[in-house]
Formats: sequence, structure tokens, C-alpha cells
Amino acid sequence: MQKFSALSLLRAGLTGHAGWQRQWRSPEPKPGYDVIIVGGGGHGLATAYYLASRYGVKNVAVLEKGWIGGGNTGRNTTIIRSNYLFDESAGIYEHALKLWEGLSQELNYNVMYSPRGVLMLAHNIHDVQSFKRHVHANRLNGIDNEWLSPEECKEFCPPLNVGGSMRYPILGGALQRRGGTARHDAVAWGYARAADALGVDIIENCEVTGIRRAPTGEVVGVDTTRGSINAKRIGVVAAGNTSTVMNMAGVRLPLESFPLQALVSEPVKPIFPCVVMSNTIHAYISQSDKGEMVIGAGTDVYTSYTQRGGLHIVNHTLDAICELVPAFRRLRMLRNWGGIVDVTPDRSPIVAKTPVSGLYVNCGWGTGGFKATPGSGEVFASTIAKDEPNKINAPFTIERFRDGAVIDEAAAAAVAH
Amino acid sequence: MLLINCPYCGPRPEAEFANGGQAHIARPADPMSLTDDEWAAYLYMRDNTKGLHHERWRHANGCGRFFNASRDTTTDVIKRTYRMGERPEAEHQGAKP
Repeated sequence: MQKFSALSLLRAGLTGHAGWQRQWRSPEPKPGYDVIIVGGGGHGLATAYYLASRYGVKNVAVLEKGWIGGGNTGRNTTIIRSNYLFDESAGIYEHALKLWEGLSQELNYNVMYSPRGVLMLAHNIHDVQSFKRHVHANRLNGIDNEWLSPEECKEFCPPLNVGGSMRYPILGGALQRRGGTARHDAVAWGYARAADALGVDIIENCEVTGIRRAPTGEVVGVDTTRGSINAKRIGVVAAGNTSTVMNMAGVRLPLESFPLQALVSEPVKPIFPCVVMSNTIHAYISQSDKGEMVIGAGTDVYTSYTQRGGLHIVNHTLDAICELVPAFRRLRMLRNWGGIVDVTPDRSPIVAKTPVSGLYVNCGWGTGGFKATPGSGEVFASTIAKDEPNKINAPFTIERFRDGAVIDEAAAAAVAH
Repeated sequence: MLLINCPYCGPRPEAEFANGGQAHIARPADPMSLTDDEWAAYLYMRDNTKGLHHERWRHANGCGRFFNASRDTTTDVIKRTYRMGERPEAEHQGAKP
């Protein structure tokens, strides 16, 4: 792997930037691997990287039906935070946030992690009480989160409208200063490059069409559009398509797949210094380094695999944003798109072993998986390598729905989903 | 926005409707006889079909009645809507999760 540094940049600059190598190989699939990861998004690539770097499993392939990072990894609004209510969630999201803080150095790839602060706005008494509870719960878990008055919100994010004219006025906000954004493409590329350098085969345009099992039940490999490949262990990290892949092994999951949309405005000069979220009126907004306002909308009400959603969903979000930030009423929107998110009944992920020996699943991240990418990959790699869950992901089983041990962040978010 | 053909009122915009999730999931007749796994399957496990999917809708801002729709989740095209109590057509029943 060609190492990136100021010196290498200078050297390449003097030679017309002609000497850069490909950042990962494009290998033919080998007949077999110790571990196959199904899904070349951020979570899958991170899993492969940590398998090779931390858990000594280097004979690994990542199979991606399209191109890496072309699914939800390249479609999300890049928000990073860890201020979840429950201890289990705090554990896994904070594990991720700690990894984000050193990720660019670890991967030798600038993922542009920017801890600019995530401000979650409260618009009614219920929000105020709920968010203050979050602040206290987070602090008990050693996670930074603080309560801001409306004036302090305005000071932290000057474009906000904290006047009295709004239908849902800003009554305060919970601020996680370590939260922020990262460049989503760079996360996929950085993990791919680092995993490839450790010997992981990243195989694009390779769709899994079947999971092969021995008569005794355990997995022995996969059938793909590029032929059959043997594997001792298979980790499925296929986001919205997880149900489809797991059905190939006869495993049913408590998942439904919905379109989730995002959009960006025309680029403007720096105006918006942080990430602002409002669960109550469904507005999620930050400004990219290119200057675009990056806006997240809600999910459609019906399940779908189309990677597009209804325009009224987007309009609803823009209505809210025009109320929150009146200066944006004249912004033009450039592009919108959708991704397919897999949602569990309690809105917490499943990172677990399955009833099939040798088959593991990492899914159910729903509308907020990007923030968890490094932590999710790290604990999933641990689970696959050791054939038992890490203590951080141990609560995130499939069986929690049977046993009643749900981790109900859906209820904790305190909004209508 | 989908155009949904309410079997009682005719075609109306999606905004008039509420989605009720996967159709044809019968509540177990004797819940107390179920194992925990069976109860969890009834409550939480869904087909999440990629292809032809049967789902409930309610004309919430219209006649208020429930009905079913068969929709292709790869195109969002609604092939057919039908009243509660009716089964999906034979050609549609071939669609597996």
C-alpha cells in the first residue's frame, strides 16, 4: 500500500500526479476463504478490516453486488453521534465514536471526521423532558451531552430561528460536542484500501445468489454471479437486502426494508456550523465541505426496494427546515435520492450469531447506521473470529425479541416513527 | 406519491391512506398454547418480500376502511387492491418472500 503523507503528496505533485497506485486490487474470487463478508458497504468493509487487523483472520473476501460504498454508505447524511438513551446502545455507539476519533490515522486515509457538534432540538415540553433524561443518562455512561437554552442554541448555531413565530418553537436543545460528520465515501474507500493492504479480497459486481450448507447444517459457501465460493464462516451485512440474503439460508429476521431519502442544496458559503436534528418535526441538516446543505428526510410508510421515495416525504422535511432556518427558504435543491434501510421493531441493530452454524448477521441499523460503522465492524469481526459475541454486541441478538429484552430506542426517541 | 385504488372509493393519493404492514397474518386462535418462539414470530417476524408483497392499507382520511393491496416492492407498482376477507389471486400467491 502506497502510504499517504504530506511528503508523498508533494512528491506526486512534482511529477504531475501520475504515480498514484490503485487503492485496492480487483481480484478474481479464490475457490475458498476462511470468512466471506456479504455486502461491501462501510459496515462490511470495516468488518473485513478489523478481522484482518485485530483478529488475525486475513483469508477474507468481501462480496459486493454493485460497487463498494454504492448503497447506503454513499447515500446517508453522514451524521455521527453516540447520545443514545439505553446502556446497550451507549456501549455500541460510543465504541464507534471512540474509533472515529482515531480513524483517519489508523487507516492512513482522511475520512474527514469533523466533531462540529450535533444539536438535537426540543419543540415541546415532552421533548424537553425526554432530552434532559438523555443528557443525564449519557453522562452516567461517560458520554458528553449537555442541555442548551434557546439562546444558547442560537449562539451555537446562529442561522436558527428561535423567535416566537414558529408553529413548533425551539425550547432548547441537547448538544453532543463530539458528534459531527465524516466523509461517507472516504470511509468506504479508506476501509477498502486498508483491508486490501492486509490481504482481503474485495470483489465487486458479485451478487450472492445462494448460501450453501452441509447436510449437518453448517454453512460451506455461497453461490454468486461469479461462481461458487467456499467459506467456513459467512457474515451477512447487506442492510436493506439482508432479509433476501438470509432467506437463502432459511433464517427469518424481524426486519422490514423502507426507502429513506436525502437531498442536497446548491453549494453556498459556510453558514451552518454544526449538525442540527429535530426528531419532532423531522429535520436533519448539516453543511458539507463543498458547501451543500445536506438534508435527511424520513422513510416512506411502505416497504420497498426501489431506492427512491415519495416527494411528499421530502417536502415535509423542507417545510420544517424553512421554519427552523428562514434563510434557507431561497436555497434551491440540487439532487435527492433514496436508500433502502432495514428496520427492526425496536430500532436497535442485530449483530449476532444466527441459528445456522457459521452464519452471522449484522443488520437492522435502520435510519442511523453510518455513525456506527467502525464500532459495528469491530464487534462483528470479533463475533465472527471468536464465534461468540463481544460483550458490547452481546445484547443485540435476534432472540431478544423472543425473550422480551428489546432495546427500545424507538420509544426512547420519543417521536412517531 | 402512490396512487392507491381504494376498493370502496376508487383511486386516491397515498396521503389519504395509512399503511398497515404485511397482510394475511392471522392472530393465533389460542395464544396461550404458543411457545415463545411462535409468539415472537407472530409479533415480529415479517416476510419483507422483494417482489410481489401483500399489505394492508387503511383509507384513513377517506372511508376509514381497511383493505389489502398487492404491490411489487421492486417497482412500487400496485397490481391489485382487494377487500378484507378476500385472498390474493392465485397468480399472486406464487410470490414467495
